Amino acid sequence: MNLKELAELIKAEVITSDRDLSEITVPFVSACDLMSDVLAFCSPGSLLLTGLTNIQIVRTAQMLDLPAVVFVRGKIPLEETVNLAKESGIPVLLSKYSLYEVCGRLYAAGVKPSYVPQPREA
Amino acid sequence: MAAPVCMEYRIEGNNFMVAGTASNNIKNTLKMLGIQSDVCRRAAVIAYEAEINLVIHANGGILKAVISEDKLEISTEDEGPGIPDIDQAMTEGYTTASNQAREMGFGAGMGLPNIKRNSDLFEIESTPGVGTKLISTVFFNK
Ligand SMILES: Nc1ncnc2c1ncn2[C@@H]1O[C@H](COP(=O)(O)OP(=O)(O)OP(=O)(O)O)[C@@H](O)[C@H]1O
Ligand SMILES: [Mg+2]
Repeated sequence: MNLKELAELIKAEVITSDRDLSEITVPFVSACDLMSDVLAFCSPGSLLLTGLTNIQIVRTAQMLDLPAVVFVRGKIPLEETVNLAKESGIPVLLSKYSLYEVCGRLYAAGVKPSYVPQPREA
Repeated sequence: MAAPVCMEYRIEGNNFMVAGTASNNIKNTLKMLGIQSDVCRRAAVIAYEAEINLVIHANGGILKAVISEDKLEISTEDEGPGIPDIDQAMTEGYTTASNQAREMGFGAGMGLPNIKRNSDLFEIESTPGVGTKLISTVFFNK
């Protein structure tokens, strides 16, 4: 699914984007508020859904080259968060739905979850 | 690649506004040098987790990256409180992160295990009251 279709599904408002969202494909989604878990378990190319709105969310997305970030529950991101997103060219989407409902809508539409690796043998 | 590329950053303690900037520079340099993308990704995770630990646990420190022909070495050195029990600190889920750090999305107790998982070689050395040293190595052709 591309980001434009995805935004419509979750009735998201798109801020910070000078890019054509229909050209960004989203193969996987990861929903998480723990950044270390994102760093550990997020498949390359995953869209990040989160209820946190601080600057380190975008920093994490930037470190992993994630295609975009969705802030849920109608949360408004902090100014520095938006600035870093603009600077690094990461689209930010705002959805009024809860994390659960955003996940449900995307899952029902067939978007795959981020791969969770099995623990490595010691 | 002829001479190794060295990058060194002084990381400020408890400054969340700039935390991650150094790691992002390291990642971008690796990309510019044409290093394989899976190595860049592992390096990004290692550097960022190590940098954040300097910010939230050690009151700052030094983050270094040395890129040579066959490998990348990411290391940190700090004069923070140190880690009394390394095995405990390496356990997934163990954390002493402050509320402030948790509010920022850290404190899952996953950082050090993440670093180790992404490293080919991993060393950590710590003395309570003196500080902590960490060295992570990633080989390019592995
Ligand atoms: N440089 C350091 N100086 C002092 N203590 C440290 C340092 N790095 C890690 N620790 C200790 O080891 C614990 C585990 O670190 P780890 O990075 O695995 O998890 P965390 O930082 O608490 O949470 P997360 O990394 O998931 O955000 C920390 O909570 C802290 O007590
Ligand atoms: Mg950590």
